[in-house]
Amino acid sequence: MISIEHISKSFGETKVLKDISFDFQQGKVNMIIGQSGSGKSVLAKCIVGLHTPEKGRILYDGQDFIPMNSRERIEIRKHIGMLFQASALFDSMTVEENVMFPLTMFSDMKKEEMLKRANECLERVNLSGKNKLYPAETSGGMQKRIAIARAIAMKPKYLFCDEPNSGLDPQTSIVIDNLIKDLTTEMNITTIVISHDMNSVIEIGDHIMFLYGGEKWWEGDKKDILRAENKELTDFVYASKFMRNLKEKLA
Amino acid sequence: MNLAYHIGRYFMLLGRVFRRPEKMAIYRRQFVQEVDKIGISSLGIVALMSVFMGAVITLQTASNMESPLLPSYTVGFITRQSIILEFSPTMIALILAGKVGSNIASELGTMRVTEQIDALDIMGVNSAGFLILPKVLAGVFIIPFLIVISMFLGVFGGWFICIVTGIVTSNEYIHGIQYDFRQFHVYYGLIKTLVFAFIITSVSSYQGYYAKGSALEVGKSSTQAVVYSSILILVLNYIITQLVLI
Ligand SMILES: Nc1ncnc2c1ncn2[C@@H]1O[C@H](COP(=O)(O)OP(=O)(O)OP(=O)(O)O)[C@@H](O)[C@H]1O
Ligand SMILES: [Mg+2]
Repeated sequence: MISIEHISKSFGETKVLKDISFDFQQGKVNMIIGQSGSGKSVLAKCIVGLHTPEKGRILYDGQDFIPMNSRERIEIRKHIGMLFQASALFDSMTVEENVMFPLTMFSDMKKEEMLKRANECLERVNLSGKNKLYPAETSGGMQKRIAIARAIAMKPKYLFCDEPNSGLDPQTSIVIDNLIKDLTTEMNITTIVISHDMNSVIEIGDHIMFLYGGEKWWEGDKKDILRAENKELTDFVYASKFMRNLKEKLA
Repeated sequence: MNLAYHIGRYFMLLGRVFRRPEKMAIYRRQFVQEVDKIGISSLGIVALMSVFMGAVITLQTASNMESPLLPSYTVGFITRQSIILEFSPTMIALILAGKVGSNIASELGTMRVTEQIDALDIMGVNSAGFLILPKVLAGVFIIPFLIVISMFLGVFGGWFICIVTGIVTSNEYIHGIQYDFRQFHVYYGLIKTLVFAFIITSVSSYQGYYAKGSALEVGKSSTQAVVYSSILILVLNYIITQLVLI
């Protein structure tokens, strides 16, 4: 479980995050939703330590992250898998080398063991046999899956996914969503998914936080979200016709 | 203010670059790749430049030296001195700042804007060390070899043009290039080279590593890498020359 308490972050004069507290639960898909620019990515980057918040605490299973020195942080980060908004695969390495990379840096495995683990991960995301391709030779959906394979290679305890299905067609999105959901339960990971796609929320969201203008506007589970009365939240949720239809059906 | 900020951040980056590597074996592999990328792939342009410049220096010196009081082996002597002291260490360093520097900055800049560097950091890898240390070490290791080759080829180019044009006889040229030879001058050239190699690789890495924004910015950071490393090379060349030779 990851708990954040009273996180605030500004860039210069602009306050991007305002006093946010939340518990991201283990074995669940925790979702951060909100409009573009509401601070979702910044929040995730604060939690993993790419940005430092001015105020607040971040607890990884009770361990206070912000005061840690770089050595202690590395110990935590070995348990973090992250899927970036633009995949962030290493261009100069093949698919297989990308997935093996965390293992080569941090494990004492032999080459064959690493290869075996990489193949397991690639199989898990349905990409067996693509080992020798370079990222540039694969499609956007494949890149997301390679990035997932790389993120799970070290058997993470915490998985961050920044818009895992942006730029993908609806079918591929569902495949990726379900993959994240299944991995979360199989490996009992604390998963944090950033999204502005209501389909994903309905599909896989267990525990949801709605950010609005840098504040936590609402939290709850997906059953609650369809019944929520909050104006800003309902504007966000029912922006699409599909969701409006769904609401009518439910009513 | 701005300059102080960059200088401070540059040295802080260097501090992270020279931390103890997580895994030697991987750094070693990176090092070998960088030696290839920085050194071997620049061999062609360095050779071409050196032969032609050697030839031109010889031609210029010979045709501008009208005084009959100067013996004609002076042409060889001047060619050798120009090449060993300035042309090879400084001019070739400037060429490499253009080629190697822009290469390094755009590689790292692309990694920055596509969040590959963030991905390394998240994994717990010291991204600065992992990406930059092999480049700096490879540069400092292989560029002196390039410069020595350049010195040979430059002097050779001068000799070749003597044979082709007969402007000075081969014997006189060879006598000239051996005349009053001091090893110290070669060392001096190589000391400069070490400094320049460090500047090219580290300054370009700095520019690329802290690129931000879009692909457009990557282009800008690679231009800046070339500009700043060239300026630093010129300034340091002046300072070192003043300190060592005078
Ligand atoms: N490094 C930075 N420096 C300054 N401002 C930043 C920085 N990163 C983000 N911001 C600002 O913080 C705000 C929130 O950005 P963020 O990237 O978190 O949005 P987001 O919710 O992830 O949006 P999207 O859905 O489009 O990805 C934006 O107004 C952005 O301009
Ligand atoms: Mg974002």
